[in-house]
Parts: sequence; structure tokens; C-alpha cells
Amino acid sequence: MTAASSLTAPGAPAARPGRRFGFAWIGVVPFVLFAAGFLVLPTAYLLTGSLQDTHGQVTLQNYARLSEPNLASAYAASIEISLVTAVGGGIFGFLLAYAVIAGGLPRFLRNALMTFCGVASNFAGVPLALAFTFTLGASGLLTPLIKSLGITLNIYSKTALELAYMYFQFPLMVLIIAPAIDGLRRDWREAAENMGATSFQYWRYVAFPILLPSLLGTTILLFGNAFGAQATAYELSGGTINIVTIAITRQIRGDVVNDPGVGYALAMGMVVIMAVSIGAYSLLQRRAERWRR
Amino acid sequence: MAFLELSGIQKRFGETSAVIDFNLAAERGEFVSFLGPSGCGKTTTLRMIAGFEQPTAGTVAVDGKDITRRAPNQRNVGMVFQSYALFPNMTVAGNVGFGLRVRKQPKDRVAKRVTELLELIHLPDKADRYPYQLSGGQQQRVALARALAIEPQVLLLDEPLSALDAKIRVILRNEIRAIQRSLGITTVYVTHDQEEALSLSDRIVVMSEGRIEQIGSPFEVYNFPATSFVASFVGTLNVMTARVAGAAEGRLVMDGQPIRAARPVTIAPDGANVTIAFRPEMLSMGEAGANRLRGTVQDVTFLGSIVRIRVHLASGATVVSVDTFNDPNLTVPEAGAEVTISFPPEAVLVLEAPPAATAEDLIAEA
Repeated sequence: MTAASSLTAPGAPAARPGRRFGFAWIGVVPFVLFAAGFLVLPTAYLLTGSLQDTHGQVTLQNYARLSEPNLASAYAASIEISLVTAVGGGIFGFLLAYAVIAGGLPRFLRNALMTFCGVASNFAGVPLALAFTFTLGASGLLTPLIKSLGITLNIYSKTALELAYMYFQFPLMVLIIAPAIDGLRRDWREAAENMGATSFQYWRYVAFPILLPSLLGTTILLFGNAFGAQATAYELSGGTINIVTIAITRQIRGDVVNDPGVGYALAMGMVVIMAVSIGAYSLLQRRAERWRR
Repeated sequence: MAFLELSGIQKRFGETSAVIDFNLAAERGEFVSFLGPSGCGKTTTLRMIAGFEQPTAGTVAVDGKDITRRAPNQRNVGMVFQSYALFPNMTVAGNVGFGLRVRKQPKDRVAKRVTELLELIHLPDKADRYPYQLSGGQQQRVALARALAIEPQVLLLDEPLSALDAKIRVILRNEIRAIQRSLGITTVYVTHDQEEALSLSDRIVVMSEGRIEQIGSPFEVYNFPATSFVASFVGTLNVMTARVAGAAEGRLVMDGQPIRAARPVTIAPDGANVTIAFRPEMLSMGEAGANRLRGTVQDVTFLGSIVRIRVHLASGATVVSVDTFNDPNLTVPEAGAEVTISFPPEAVLVLEAPPAATAEDLIAEA
């Protein structure tokens, strides 16, 4: 008998090993460092900066200035563009995904669409703006054709910006909603039909409610995606369009208007909107996944 | 005229024939099972009754009305799916009442019917639960209640118990049968489980490769299989080849040893080979029966309520299984012991020309 075993009373429960540092935590360290360096610290820096005036004194004046017409209209424009492209891209992306995945079209179309969407959803920023300019700008490839159809498109307008955003918004919708559409089981439709439901009733009572959390969640994600976009808008409009991300650039790096404190307050407003978007998305995803258990 | 009538049903998927010349007439209130291995066409036939598949040829009629071309939502046929297919976004009450709601029934009638059905399936306290909060057995009960809510003319069940564990399966199948009897609803039940089909059905349709092999009561199908497929698929069976020694008297020679059938052999002349079969439980150790075969015990398997003894016949080429009821006082022979097995002439089923398989393969277990 070993010394250790002789100390344990017969029938006594074995001593539980104490909690020790798990090596698995080492795998999380890069993420923690990344999140701290690129999310927590910048947010803290923004918050601090937004609460200081140009002399470093604590103030709420920067936040008060957000109600000024030009800054408030930047939020309004950003919200409008984000809403239009989120809802438009969401509807278009969903219909496209549904047609290709559940509409009985050939399998190769699905593969082709998914590949395209994988590329297009990441095709944003300067390359997208340049591509858009080369295609639809003053000397664009398709401009004569569009003009000959009697359509006038000013690529420096809000509508043009929305059109450009749609190029990465709807593919993102396709990529994110595809698993949810795949999750619609054929036997749900058959069960509904079997009980006398029409196709409309199936969608009204079964399919749409099941997809709704995913649809809303993804639309919120698209909203956040558009709200945070800067490079595409800046490159396409040359900084003339008044949206939040460009307003921030102007306040922090601008020559005419330059007030970093206001820029930080604008950015904090964005952080709040993005946090609400991500929170709502997570909540809806959790609800959608509850049904899939 | 039968209540549910399938006449000359064919179904082709491209070049493949899934169902071939299927004819069935089920009476009102009858419980019919489609029994067969995977891919034999039983679910396809069920789906044609439900309207999810269109027959390539033939007609489906319920209560004298041809419903072959009717849409699934116009048939008033209830179906219980293998995977339950409960709507995950609805509570139990929502699922059960769905069919009535889409038929624009008044709310109070829907609520009353839901309550009745939840009591019928012994889940009156689960009305507000969601499907993911229920066990598999409870989900299948809800699926049954949902199918019954619309008071269908015909109830279809597509392997409804296959995803459940053995004990729940037995409990639930008894409940399904009791409910079916109490409602008197014509029911078609698809299964590959012979025990389920034998215990539940008024009649069984045994299918293989899209064709009906035999239609009969469980007693007929088990005791008088029409083909070697039915014989081998339903129950455990010794299937082997014998030579006809005296067709008129039912005399045969198997493995060099004479045996006798209860009836004359009509399917082959003297000297020809035939396939014969006998159930393991019809055989006994000792010399009590009119037919006797000598052999050596190969092994003994304990199967709970029965003990299976496998015997090499004298030539060593043929193995015969003998089942005997378990009994604490039972004396079983050791492997290698010389034994005599015997059976009455009634146990011998003469089927058809012998299949091209080895004797070992022919000890078929369905």
C-alpha cells in the first residue's frame, strides 16, 4: 500500500483535482490580444477623446454638437443608405438564394452563385469604387449604353452609392441566408400541404416564421455592414457625400473642418449603432437556432 | 367497392421502376401495412396515396372517388412522417390545430379538438411546449394527433417508429393500434420491421423491388409465404434445396435424408429440385416428429425468450436452426454433439425452384 492510499479512508470519495490553468486557454490568447488591441483600446481611446475638448478638458460639448444639422444629416444619410441597401440587398439576396437553393434549379447554378457571392461580398472599398467608376462613370464602359436608354446616372449621388453598396450587400445576404434556407425541411411543406394548407399558408404560418429570425438578423448585419463602410463611399464620391464615416474622416483629418473631439463623438455614435446591430443579430440567431435543435 | 383502392399503380423515375403494377383494395377501418426492405417502393406508394408523387400509370381512389390527380391539400388524407415533421415555430397545440386553422375552422372548435386529441395521445399538459422540448416518442404522438385533427378519410404512417428506441416503439405501436381501432380509420402503415407489421396489421402487403410479393393476414404471410422472398423476409426461416422423390405423396430428399410434406408437390415433377422452408420453432430436438434429420450441433445461441441451436446436417453442407423456448430447466446439447431433429410434415413449405445461394446463406434472418 502506498503512503498516499493509506491516508484515504475506505469508501471516502477520491479527492478532486484542483482547478488548474488549462492549456486550451493559450489558444485564446491571440484573440484576446487582437480584441484588446483593435476593439477595446480604440473604443476606450474614442470614448476618452470624445469627452475632451481641444485643450484636453472634460466636456460633453462634442456630443451636443452631434445635433448640428450637417452632422445630424450625416447620420440620417448613413442610416438611409444602410437601410435601403440592407432591405434591398436582403430581399434580392434572399430571393436569389431561395431560387437557386430551393427552387429546383440545376446544382451547378448554386455552386456558381456561391463562388460569385464569396468573391463579391469581399469586393468592397477602393477596388469596387474604381470598378464602378470604370463601368458607369463619365467615361465608363456601359455609360453610352445607359445614356442611349435615356437613363441618367450620377455616380457621385446617394443613389449611385446605394447601387455600389448593393454589389457587396446582396452576396453577403446569399452567403448568410443559404444555411437557413437549406434548413427548411421538405417534409414541413409536405406536412402543411397534407393538412390542407395552400402554398401561401405554408409560407405565412411555417416557412416565413422559421426564416424570420435569420432574415431579420442578416438584414441587421447588412445594415451594420453598410453603416461602417467608408472606403467605397470616399473613393466614389471623393469625400463629397455626407455620411458618418466620411464626416469622421473630415473631423479628424480634414483641412477645412477639423475637430477630433467631434470626430470621436461621431465614431462613438457609430460604435453604439454597431453594438446594437450585433446584439440584435446575436439575439435573433439564438432564437433561430433554438428551433433547429 | 373497397374504401381505398389502388389500381394498376406504376411509378417510374427516369429509367428506374420504383413501383410496378400495384393493386390493393383496403376496406373501411382496415389496418394495412406495407412491409419490405429499403428501396422496395413502399414509401413511394404511400407518397402516391398522399399526393406527393404522381403515379406514372394507375389510379388511387378513396370512397369511390378518383383522387389520382388531386393536389395533396385537396385529398383529406392524414400523414405521419418518419421524422415527425412538426413545425418547430409552433407549440404542440399550434401543431395539432394547424390543419383546422388553415381550413378556417372557428377558434373554439379548434381549441376543443386540440384538447380532445391531446387527451387521446396522453399529453394534455404539453399544449404549450415546443417540439424541441419533447422526447422523440412525445413528438411522434403529437404528429399522430396533428394528422388525426383534420379527421382524414385515410391515415398514412411512414415508418413512424423507426427513430425511437425499442421499448418506446412497442408502447407507441400499441397506442397507434388502439387509437386506430377506436376511430375506425382506414390506415396504411409503412415499415421494414416485420414484428411491427405482424403485430399491428389486419393485412400485410409484402413488397420487393417495386412489386407485391404477397398480400395476406399476418397469419397467412407468416405461415404460408407465397414466395421464397416472403419466406425469408418475414420471420426467421430455414430455406434449403430438396429433391422431389414422390410428388404425389409429398416425398422429398434433403441432404440425402428423406422427409415428407403434408401436401403433394405440385410445382415440380419427381427428380426435380425445389426450394423448401421450415420455421425454426416448428423443429424440435429428439425423435417426436414424423420427419427426422440427423446432424451435429454447430453452436447454441441464447436469445432471451428462445434458445437457437444450429445443427450441421449429416453431409455437413446444410445448417438448420432449431428454436426452443427458454426454460431454466432446459438441457441444451453441447457444440459437436450428435443429435436428431424432427418436425411434422405440416412444417415443410414447398416454395419454388431453388435460389442460387449456398446453404449457409439460406438461413435467412429478416
